[in-house]
Amino acid sequence: MKKQIKFYSGNIAAAEGALVAGCRFFAGYPITPSSEIAEHMALRLPQVGGVFIQMEDELASMAAILGASWGGAKSMTATSGPGFSLMQENIGLGAMTETPCVVINVQRAGPSTGMPTLVGQADIMQARWGSHGDYEIIALSPFSPQECFDLTIKAFNLAEEYRVPVIVLMDESVGHMFEKVVIPPKDKIKIVERKKPTVPPEKYMPYKAEDFVPEMACAGEGYNVHVTGLTHDEKGYPQATDPEVQDRLVRRLCDKIRKNEKKLRDIEEYEMDDAEVAIVSFGISARSSKAAVRLARQRGYKVGLIRLKTIWPFPDEYFEKLADEIKKFVVVEINYGQIKLEVERNVGRDKTFLLPKMGGEIHKPDEIYRKIKEVYNGN
Amino acid sequence: MEIEAKSHPLDRYLRAERIPHIWCPGCGLGTVLNCFLHALEETNINLKNLAVVSGIGCTGRVAGYINVDSYHTTHGRAIPFATGLKLANPKLKVVVFSGDGDLFAIGGNHFIHAARRNIDMTVICVNNYNYGMTGGQLGPTTPLEARTTTAPYGNIEHPFNLCHVAAASGAVYVARWTSLHVRRLKESMKEALNKKGFSFVEIIAPCPTAFGRRNKEPTGLETLKYYKEHSVIKHGIDPAEADIEMGGDIIVGKFVDIEKPTFDEAVHELIKKARK
Repeated sequence: MKKQIKFYSGNIAAAEGALVAGCRFFAGYPITPSSEIAEHMALRLPQVGGVFIQMEDELASMAAILGASWGGAKSMTATSGPGFSLMQENIGLGAMTETPCVVINVQRAGPSTGMPTLVGQADIMQARWGSHGDYEIIALSPFSPQECFDLTIKAFNLAEEYRVPVIVLMDESVGHMFEKVVIPPKDKIKIVERKKPTVPPEKYMPYKAEDFVPEMACAGEGYNVHVTGLTHDEKGYPQATDPEVQDRLVRRLCDKIRKNEKKLRDIEEYEMDDAEVAIVSFGISARSSKAAVRLARQRGYKVGLIRLKTIWPFPDEYFEKLADEIKKFVVVEINYGQIKLEVERNVGRDKTFLLPKMGGEIHKPDEIYRKIKEVYNGN
Repeated sequence: MEIEAKSHPLDRYLRAERIPHIWCPGCGLGTVLNCFLHALEETNINLKNLAVVSGIGCTGRVAGYINVDSYHTTHGRAIPFATGLKLANPKLKVVVFSGDGDLFAIGGNHFIHAARRNIDMTVICVNNYNYGMTGGQLGPTTPLEARTTTAPYGNIEHPFNLCHVAAASGAVYVARWTSLHVRRLKESMKEALNKKGFSFVEIIAPCPTAFGRRNKEPTGLETLKYYKEHSVIKHGIDPAEADIEMGGDIIVGKFVDIEKPTFDEAVHELIKKARK
């Protein structure tokens, strides 16, 4: 098998990435600007033996992909802000029942119906905190169609490895942008499968984990598993009035992600070797930021770019360490300061600056450049 | 006092270590579950391929007592969860077991669309006219004039006739019984389990704790007596004629039993064509 070169939009690249990763079930509901993903899956899934279903809403879509995952399939949905809001309920069920699945959110400008056809990046905190209770998910953010392909595969692999819903936080600009996408030969792509129980059914403890992540028996495999959104013990049985069981469960659900932050960390550093000021950005905003860094470097400013590919868990330790080396951080994002909160939490308020956009347009490199100049010169 | 537990012929269907169950004295759910287990025994369904999915509420707890792959999901979402489960693994026999509030208020949209698509699953709905677990609030099936904690002056909302909704939405099998009709209910459950497509069985059941005692039926026994005196079997009638009214007759029977291609068959046919 040779590598293939395609000309894909980010949305199509993400759908193709899902297929390569082994996705065989898609449930979704039409919504701009993510609909091309559903349309492409409707066309392509049957060709590889997978099932596509258009559900009655996003509540149902999210519930269906959880069901499909317990039916043994790698499953996915794709949506945008308003649909992502409806999915929060069952993202919580997915986190609680440790169900591998992938949710793509092609972000548009909000709140509410907002600007359906135009870019936004304001669902960062919703991705992390959208459902009720304490839980952790993983969120990845691609900045090109190539990365939509690569990171969607990675999202499936992480979902299987950590048994958690993984969110791909795309944005309208990346989703609709067409670029060259290189599809590596099959044997060069790493594919991860969920751990299966090795013990007989009578010895199987569905929620007992040696290394945070339990083995998963699916429906029809003879393990008679009980899966519940109630607080449950290692056997999977409800213990909804026992704070000790709650303590054990919630700690493990959070720690399986928190304690693996370093492993999950995925950051591109650009011109950071001697940087005094660092831009922090992600998705489409990181592309404008990269151009701005080049512009500033040509004019002698020691500035670099920290591009977050893994947004959640947030790389706290990485930023804590950088706080000593970097004088100032400029967060460039299409929202009114969400990643900025995370950065300033780690490096301090006095060192953190924000260049926001409220949505509907991307940053121009020269406005980022002007902000760099302003921050650099201490104004 | 120690009570010696004796084994029951249906024990193998239950997660015995989870008994006693949480249901109140006089509740109809134990009877309904018993009928279901008998139906399983008599249909010889391979338990390995049986999955039971529930939503939230008293009936939602059924999934936790049956010793098969069982899923206790979010409020109202049992049907879409079951849809994913069934489509990902066509070998499975999928049964959704939930209450009237779960399936027809918060989950109403999912119910009608699963019936419309004719997803191959059996939906068993225990209708006790109210939200029992949360303390007896008004539900989508509460009869007019009935009193609930959120209808303290009597209900002024028109209730759903669940069998009519199911039939109108496209279900291929629709039956209604009360929890008094144990043999007929068991037979209907068997037929529903053997039916290809979206089958629906409604069971009218007493909820003395949360509903009955506010409506002059403070014990389950009194409600069962009411069923005995007021149930009228009318097989094959138009379910539109089977509305339920406070103090009126309860029309029970098998209303719909038709053949229609299922979504499951269609989707796997489509996959075969696309792969050629």
